[in-house]
Amino acid sequence: MISGRCAACKSQRRKCPPDCIFSPYFPPNDPQRFACVHRIYGCSNVGKMLQQMPVQMRAQAVDTLYMEARWRIEDPVYGCVKLISQLHQNLGDTESELAKVKALIAFHKLQISQVNELHQPNLDASQSNIVEQFQFDYPAQNHYPWFIN
Amino acid sequence: MRSSMKGYEPRSSSSCAACKLLKRRCAPTCIFAPYFRSDECKKFAKVHKVFGASNVSKILFEVPEEQREDTVNSLAYEADARLKDPVYGCIGAIALLQTKMVELQHDLALARARLARYSSASAAAAADDSFLSFPSSSIDNSFLPAHVGLPPFPDSSSSCCDVDDGFSSSQVQLSSRHDMMDDFFQTPYIF
Repeated sequence: MISGRCAACKSQRRKCPPDCIFSPYFPPNDPQRFACVHRIYGCSNVGKMLQQMPVQMRAQAVDTLYMEARWRIEDPVYGCVKLISQLHQNLGDTESELAKVKALIAFHKLQISQVNELHQPNLDASQSNIVEQFQFDYPAQNHYPWFIN
Repeated sequence: MRSSMKGYEPRSSSSCAACKLLKRRCAPTCIFAPYFRSDECKKFAKVHKVFGASNVSKILFEVPEEQREDTVNSLAYEADARLKDPVYGCIGAIALLQTKMVELQHDLALARARLARYSSASAAAAADDSFLSFPSSSIDNSFLPAHVGLPPFPDSSSSCCDVDDGFSSSQVQLSSRHDMMDDFFQTPYIF
């Protein structure tokens, strides 16, 4: 029966068997979905990937394959890796920013504690050692690996 | 003399990794040779397993020659990510990075609010003590840019307004990947 074939079998011009591995994830009303995935990964590779994973994970896998395929079609050089590189860069910038702000806070705390000491020299040790209680959390360098030079 | 015998082809000792794996002669014009050296068999094997040699060559022919090395490197990265996580591939990495960004932005907002409090308190303290030698210019916020220049970001929770003395990094539990996938069907926010 020709009607009722999934998008994959239509594209491959073959019969769509009842146990077709593609049919739950590539409905016939969305041919572009399979076309994108097929263009980047190939029908055979997608089939092998799906066969190697549990059935309940296949829908998610096809969705992510489709997303990555679309990104690769839009940007054949970098695909979705460009986004990952930008995210790493932004994370590094934000961590640096946070470290700077924490350093400033420590400075202000020190200043306040010194002023307090001058006015009230009999402060408790706990109050005069505010800065020591302050923990710096400088981000480790290379916490997030760079994948694009 | 043996080389003049019909049908004899000397075995190439400089086949690229692709042609070695595909067991074919590496032509001088091989599209893979500049990017998959003969000692990079694993790199090509991963790319071939995920994308297929035929698809990779089509992609390489599509891009300008000067960008092919970057293309191969990004394909290798994607292939590696997909082999490590067959379900989510690079999308899993993107999800984790964006979650981390939410946490960091939350921490940064808290820190800035706290800095504003301390900054005004220390300025008041310094002003009251004119004999102190701390110059007010030492309270230097000039290297704190007003705008970090981060890309547009999905709204985090409003709890960043609840300032407390501790840097309570939001313990953002990585929501189930199922829920997170819904967030990534849109165009990536970075663009």
